[in-house]
Amino acid sequence: MTSTPVRAAPAVARPRRPLRGWRRLPLWLLMGLVCSLSVVPFYLMFVWASQPSAEVFAFPPHLWFGPAFDDNLRGLLQVTDGKALRHFWNSLYLALVATATTLFFCSLAGYAFAMYNFRGQRALFAFILATMLIPPLVMDIPSFLVMNNVLGWVGEPRALWVPGMANAFGIFLMRQYIASALPRELIEAARIDGATEFGIYRRVVLPLIRPILATLGVVTFVGAWNNFKGALIMKLSEPDTMTLPLSLRRLGGGATNVNVDWGAIMMLVVITVIPLVIVFLFASRQVISGLTSGAVKD
Amino acid sequence: MSHRLPAPARARLSYARLQQRFAPYVFVSPFFLLFLVFGLFPLLFSLFLAFHLWSPLDGLGHWKFVGFENFALALDRQDQFWTTLKNTVWIGLLAGVPQHLAALPLAFLIHQSLRRYQSTLSTVLFLPYITNAVAIAIVFATLYSERLGLLNYLRGLVGLDPVRWLGDPSMVPYSVAAVVFWRYLGWNVVLYLSGLQAISEDVYEAATVDGAGKWQQFWYITLPLLRPMMFYAFTLTIVGNMQLFEEPFMLLGDGGGSSGAGLTTAMHIFNTAFRDLDMGYASAMSWLLFLAIFALSMVNNVLFSRGGER
Repeated sequence: MTSTPVRAAPAVARPRRPLRGWRRLPLWLLMGLVCSLSVVPFYLMFVWASQPSAEVFAFPPHLWFGPAFDDNLRGLLQVTDGKALRHFWNSLYLALVATATTLFFCSLAGYAFAMYNFRGQRALFAFILATMLIPPLVMDIPSFLVMNNVLGWVGEPRALWVPGMANAFGIFLMRQYIASALPRELIEAARIDGATEFGIYRRVVLPLIRPILATLGVVTFVGAWNNFKGALIMKLSEPDTMTLPLSLRRLGGGATNVNVDWGAIMMLVVITVIPLVIVFLFASRQVISGLTSGAVKD
Repeated sequence: MSHRLPAPARARLSYARLQQRFAPYVFVSPFFLLFLVFGLFPLLFSLFLAFHLWSPLDGLGHWKFVGFENFALALDRQDQFWTTLKNTVWIGLLAGVPQHLAALPLAFLIHQSLRRYQSTLSTVLFLPYITNAVAIAIVFATLYSERLGLLNYLRGLVGLDPVRWLGDPSMVPYSVAAVVFWRYLGWNVVLYLSGLQAISEDVYEAATVDGAGKWQQFWYITLPLLRPMMFYAFTLTIVGNMQLFEEPFMLLGDGGGSSGAGLTTAMHIFNTAFRDLDMGYASAMSWLLFLAIFALSMVNNVLFSRGGER
């Protein structure tokens, strides 16, 4: 009784007919508006990065590209004492190391939770999930003190990437994916063939979980690249250790001042944003579906 | 018993067993080691500090026990903590409420009529979410510029007076909230889209057979079935907006602009800890903010579970 499937009579036409043709015009206009709101600030930063410095704040504002792209690049090198490239490299290094270590430790732990049966498994996993409830903000002060007074890592990039290497979100994401995508028989077969436990992870599991590695990889890269507050607290503020967000703040922070080299600042804005856009466009479908799959419970 | 394996094979087997038994513990141990050093210890330390007066310049061990004084100070209505909490909640509401009011219909429209373009639209709408907050704050600061910004230029075109977007204390919360709205709208659309995808077509078909119109379907099927996703999305918004830091910090400077109208609690805690070096007081405030976030999440939780009993 309860599970009798009620199927619509075949005579009934497909019920929800999507709007077609010109009747969709208002819909397209709305979507066009919303999408341009998303994109316009990106467009403008490119426009401004190509305008002569004095023209960034021209009135009426410029809405089309100007001729000063390379001038602004030179201007940027000047206002950063030639360190702009160094700051870019610092950000890249931080993001890449954070991504590599996070992928390794989270997939390893996620694999263990998905494919092994061990004593305390449920409790340990529940504990990891529970740590996600701690707001990052409460950790700021004591993390700084641990880095400053105990480890002496303040001013070093590792103060930013080491604590997050094995994080709850990543482990959860990996566990969910591995549990649903990998058959246990595969692990057993590898074991019978005499592979070591780590060997199975490295040679069987890792190649098969590339999609979710891409998801977590992009998320981690973007997070590390954008980490402003962490860099601020851990004082990555020397000319040689500065990451792009701090460099941006040094140049363009505070009230809008017309006397600084705005072309150079906009160039730095563009340089900060381009890698993010590239990385994201490269894997946007994967990232979006991977991120939301964790949100919908089955 | 009688057919025992030769000794080397047995050794290998037991080694394999041993490995198999301990491997999972080794594999999950990095998290727990890191949590001990960078999670649990800092957490307890922060709780300890909340009851002490201490500056990092004094060095470890030179803290003075003050009991609940730090908390009492923060809870005193004269204290800046209250003002910043009000600012935070106000900016959070200004950004969060429209975000969901816009994201849900947008996701619904895309899901209903533009499903073929769904992934392209998601990508475009998602772009702001991945952008660097500092970079985008600089772009918005330029747009908001009082005399020369694009926004006031556009207002001028239609004959409106310029607005001091970042200078007028009553405008500041709106200006900051607009940036937050811009950054997280797409994220919420994507969340709702994935929630909509999880609803089975059959439910709609059955409803159509029963004669339910579009609006009825939306009110009586889509909204109730989307409830878990709405709860999740609301929770993320609350938790995120209550810790708002980067956008106002970059748009207005660490003081939160004129009259501190954009000074959020997270910024105030940051200033107290790292500029004034009053670590005990800052820790106490961070715990109070944590409690506020927790309380708001609980309210959200209660609202959702009560509504679900219908």
